[in-house]
Amino acid sequence: MSAHLTEIIVFTALFLTVSGMGFVASRWRRPHSLASLDEWGLGGRSFGSWVTWFLIGGDLYTAYTFVAVPALLWGAGAAGFFAMPYTVITYPLVFLVLLRLWSVSHVHGFVTPADFVRVRFGSPTLALLIAITGIVATMPYIALQLVGIEAVLKSMGVTGHLPIIIAFAILAAYTYQSGLRAPALIAFVKDALIYVVILTAVVVIPLKLGGWGSIFDAAEAKFAATPAPGDGILLGSGNQLQYITLALGSALALFLYPHSVTGVLASRNRDVIKRNMSALPAYSLLLGLIALLGYMAIAAGVKPVVTDGRPDNNTIVPQLFDQMFPDWFTGVAYAAVGIGALVPAAIMSIAAANLFTRNIYREFLRPDASDADEARVSKIVSLLVKVGAVLFILFLDTGFSIDLQLVGGVIILQTLPSVGLGLYTRWFHRGGLVAGWAAGMAAGVLMLYSIGNPATGKAHFAGSAFPLSNLGLDTKVTVYAGLLALAVNLLVAVLGTLVARTAGLADGGDLTQPDHYGADEGDPRVRDLDLVG
Amino acid sequence: MTTPDRKRSDRSPWNWLLAIPIVVPLLPFLYNALDPRLLGFPRFYWLQLAFVPLGVVCTTAVYRLTKRRR
Repeated sequence: MSAHLTEIIVFTALFLTVSGMGFVASRWRRPHSLASLDEWGLGGRSFGSWVTWFLIGGDLYTAYTFVAVPALLWGAGAAGFFAMPYTVITYPLVFLVLLRLWSVSHVHGFVTPADFVRVRFGSPTLALLIAITGIVATMPYIALQLVGIEAVLKSMGVTGHLPIIIAFAILAAYTYQSGLRAPALIAFVKDALIYVVILTAVVVIPLKLGGWGSIFDAAEAKFAATPAPGDGILLGSGNQLQYITLALGSALALFLYPHSVTGVLASRNRDVIKRNMSALPAYSLLLGLIALLGYMAIAAGVKPVVTDGRPDNNTIVPQLFDQMFPDWFTGVAYAAVGIGALVPAAIMSIAAANLFTRNIYREFLRPDASDADEARVSKIVSLLVKVGAVLFILFLDTGFSIDLQLVGGVIILQTLPSVGLGLYTRWFHRGGLVAGWAAGMAAGVLMLYSIGNPATGKAHFAGSAFPLSNLGLDTKVTVYAGLLALAVNLLVAVLGTLVARTAGLADGGDLTQPDHYGADEGDPRVRDLDLVG
Repeated sequence: MTTPDRKRSDRSPWNWLLAIPIVVPLLPFLYNALDPRLLGFPRFYWLQLAFVPLGVVCTTAVYRLTKRRR
């Protein structure tokens, strides 16, 4: 333990500084009162380009990403690099979609994606399904942020669950008090630390290892020596389709996650979103370089930390830093990862809490809830969500959180027809969308359940690469299960809509109008119009 | 308070520029190779990193070209 004393001191000092900022954040851009979801949950819907860039960047590129993506490259090679095309295509893909979502949410005061579905399709049931999907997909994601912190703590020789419980208690306290303003303010520090650490790493470490050429050579040699057919520094014939379908599916899913929507709706106007679609890829470049830390770890001969006889691949990057940097800078790097976990965890818990408040509490339990009631319920639920995430880690295997996160990505995609396509067309019948959702969920979970990995002896949930041979096709090609499930979903939604129309089933009303999807800052809101009328 | 312009929309032929950075990164035959190397990086890695600026150029162009006149 004493060998890591400098690291622990630097880590703790930075962590506490940031926690202090979290509490002070409630006074930043001081509102009249934090007692409404617009203020507590969306930071007053007032963030400009810079704040939004740090907030969404800090939200999407999480601590877990920073340890898990290099670990993937370390273990499997090129297939792990899918994060690169994934984060490149996502911004042009959602550029126009998010503008429509922002505008219609501005006009109607939506806080969650399920709010939109409720008003667009006139169906509380469909909105409830969307909300539950969002909450279920988000919970393991929060738990995984703890895995990020845990990887760093393990590398400092700190074991046991108490430090994580303390860290999350502090996080819970300032999120409760400051709402979305806390992660927005902390994101500045988090991202500054991450940029400094990674840019230093990609300059210093290759110099020490004899240049990029020898790093890639070392990786190539490692994979050539393994018996596994799927690894290597290039894609094989069997996993190319998996690579691009996983990239496409993940890109489609990214902005369906409730916490991404929260970041988008907190921005001030349409221009802020457009500028960020051009500026956020800076993080993608960083992510690409971070991914390559996995190969640097191979070249440097890094070994993962072994606890209870099991190696933890997620400790690869922390171990690499420990080996390459002086202690004080390793401490800074660890703090970057640790704080990197706090920002997304805070936003995710706020987003999940808002879903509960708006689409379950107000919809089904207290229809006359005031703004202050909503804020109060959301604050309490945000605490419960974090307690739940800690319980996940304490009582369930970490591997289980990773399985659930895998499932989360697949199921959040099943909200695409209602939320994503719903922004463009009202053609679907609410019954068709509900049926499609159910079919997509079932297909997705069944496919993931059927995916095993003989190499690790895991029979179920061993990955998201669905072998087409399972469908009776004579091929070794694999495809991302989420995208297949989405295809099932869409097919059933279309058929269901046709059946519902033919049978004359009642459809819900649509309270949005075409011009709501182009509205900008300063345009009248429904609430204002109601007051006038 | 202004009345929203009913004809206002995001439609523009320039939006098709966005298709380039969506389609190109999904074509593995472009980048699934070792040569040519650049600064020690195999093509697979440097070319996919280069798609980031491609995306930035396209989204920025669409933003600039479709700016609404106020």
